[in-house]
Amino acid sequence: MTSETLREIWSKGLSSRSFTIGGAITLALVGVALVSQVWTPYAVTEINVPLKLRPPSAEHWLGTDQIGRDVLSMMMLGARNSIAVSLVAVGIGAGLGVPLGALAAARRGWIEEAVMRFNDFAFAFPALLSAVMITALLGPGAVNSIIAIGIFNVPVFARVTRGASLSLWQREFVLAARVAGKGATRITLEHILPNIASVLIVQMTIQFALAILAEAGLSYLGLGTQPPNPSWGKMLNEAQTFMYLAPQLAIFPGVAIAVTVLGLNLLGDGLRDVLDPRLRRAR
Amino acid sequence: MAVYLTRRVIALAITLLVASLVVFVVLEVLPGDPATVMLGVNAREDTLAALRSEMGLDRPAAERYLRWLGGLLTGELGTSYTYGVAVGELIAERVALSLPLALIAIVLSTALAIPLGVTAAAYRNRAADLGIMGFTQVGIAVPNFWFAILLILLFAVNLKWLPAGGFAGWDAGLWPALRTLLLPAVALALPQAAILARVTRSSVLETLGEDYVRTARAKGLDRRAALWRHAVRNALIPVVTIMGLQFSFLLAGTIIVENVFYLPGLGRLIFQAIAQRDLIVVKDVVVLLAGTVVVVNFAVDMAYAVLDPRLRGGAHDL
Repeated sequence: MTSETLREIWSKGLSSRSFTIGGAITLALVGVALVSQVWTPYAVTEINVPLKLRPPSAEHWLGTDQIGRDVLSMMMLGARNSIAVSLVAVGIGAGLGVPLGALAAARRGWIEEAVMRFNDFAFAFPALLSAVMITALLGPGAVNSIIAIGIFNVPVFARVTRGASLSLWQREFVLAARVAGKGATRITLEHILPNIASVLIVQMTIQFALAILAEAGLSYLGLGTQPPNPSWGKMLNEAQTFMYLAPQLAIFPGVAIAVTVLGLNLLGDGLRDVLDPRLRRAR
Repeated sequence: MAVYLTRRVIALAITLLVASLVVFVVLEVLPGDPATVMLGVNAREDTLAALRSEMGLDRPAAERYLRWLGGLLTGELGTSYTYGVAVGELIAERVALSLPLALIAIVLSTALAIPLGVTAAAYRNRAADLGIMGFTQVGIAVPNFWFAILLILLFAVNLKWLPAGGFAGWDAGLWPALRTLLLPAVALALPQAAILARVTRSSVLETLGEDYVRTARAKGLDRRAALWRHAVRNALIPVVTIMGLQFSFLLAGTIIVENVFYLPGLGRLIFQAIAQRDLIVVKDVVVLLAGTVVVVNFAVDMAYAVLDPRLRGGAHDL
């Protein structure tokens, strides 16, 4: 990608409202997660029972939870947790799914059939079901939720990659490359993947948003991140018990999840418009 | 069509078989000794041995798999270790809650989504469209379990109109039972409705540009009639298929939302079974849910092929 194309994408991006709003939300979230790496207002392990269930105040901007921990600090670390789990899960999905899809498109025949049947089968296990099985086997934990969400992402990327690559294999420039004696692997790396990169990037933002939701759901159910590490889903679960006493605890983590997912979805929509005008649909 | 159908049925059977094999391997072979998993490492050797022989673990894995598969086909699913009841009965009891819940959610989301999607398409780029699309963006972003908690906060904690959780049971009468399912169904329906409204909108926009809609208008049909009689009717085909494809999300949603409202459905059963390490129940429920997703996706594929003959050529995976 030349610097000129990058500049073009950037100026197009700034004129797209979805891209700017979604990008700003996503950047803010990443910023919070990075800051939490070095600083949070209080330590999340700092328990202060006499200060439990306090409403928002000057000392504790978002109040305290049932054992007096600072909610803002927990939310900041929750952001880091959500991003880390989703990033690795989408990475697993793309890392395995893209090569599988590319292979299916390049080789066709029984390999393609096998990849697609594998997809059918993997689709049968929504992240939650995989997580249920993994938990039954290994016990709950963040790593297991990463594996479960990752497995769910593999067929999605395989499908998208295959679908987008198939038509490219019929195009003249690919035929020319074949005539020039390039092998399937080289053609895939040099011609197919660069041409479907925009589709894949958009898909990644969508899957990232879905992964945030899945992680939140799994930790709400107690199958994901385990205490003392804070996670938005777990916070909502605990808040439900104290709903009559401190309803605000059930609000903040939910808002964080919804705003994050909204930001990523807007960013995905914006990127779609910016990167590939051909994909612009009547949405 | 017959060839296509046969191929798809064979593929369906293989997928179901592989899914069951994976569930079996993950839950019965990989743990090493499922009896230790269920009873814990401190269990006495004679108790472990008794459970092993009760579960047939002393037999080779292949034989156990085939026996389990046979049981799945005949409906004899074994006995739950913790409940001491036949797993089939346990599942049937729970399905009596989960299935109606899912159906009410589908009906609610469709009733909400189609008018919204059609209105947005009819008033494209106007205030109504922008408002509806904004609502759907938020609807997609809100996790259904959080929406469920918000509903409880509003309708149970503050207004005290509806119960915060639990299920009255069908024996209590239709209305008391439905009353306890209302909030969970709304919580499940919202994200579904948001996605469906977006699909409906883009589908209607596509058909509005078709020649037959223009012809209908040219023949003197007014805008409203052309929209509903021609554009919407044709636009619903992709909408129906998306509804089918969303099924696995609905299923996952049901599992979570049942836990939010403490509803004794399949979702809660599976979590209680995990907590109690009742692998027999986990195995059966997981394979049932995965199988349902596969069969629903198959049915959607078939519906699509019937409605759109171009897809029978094998391009259905695109």
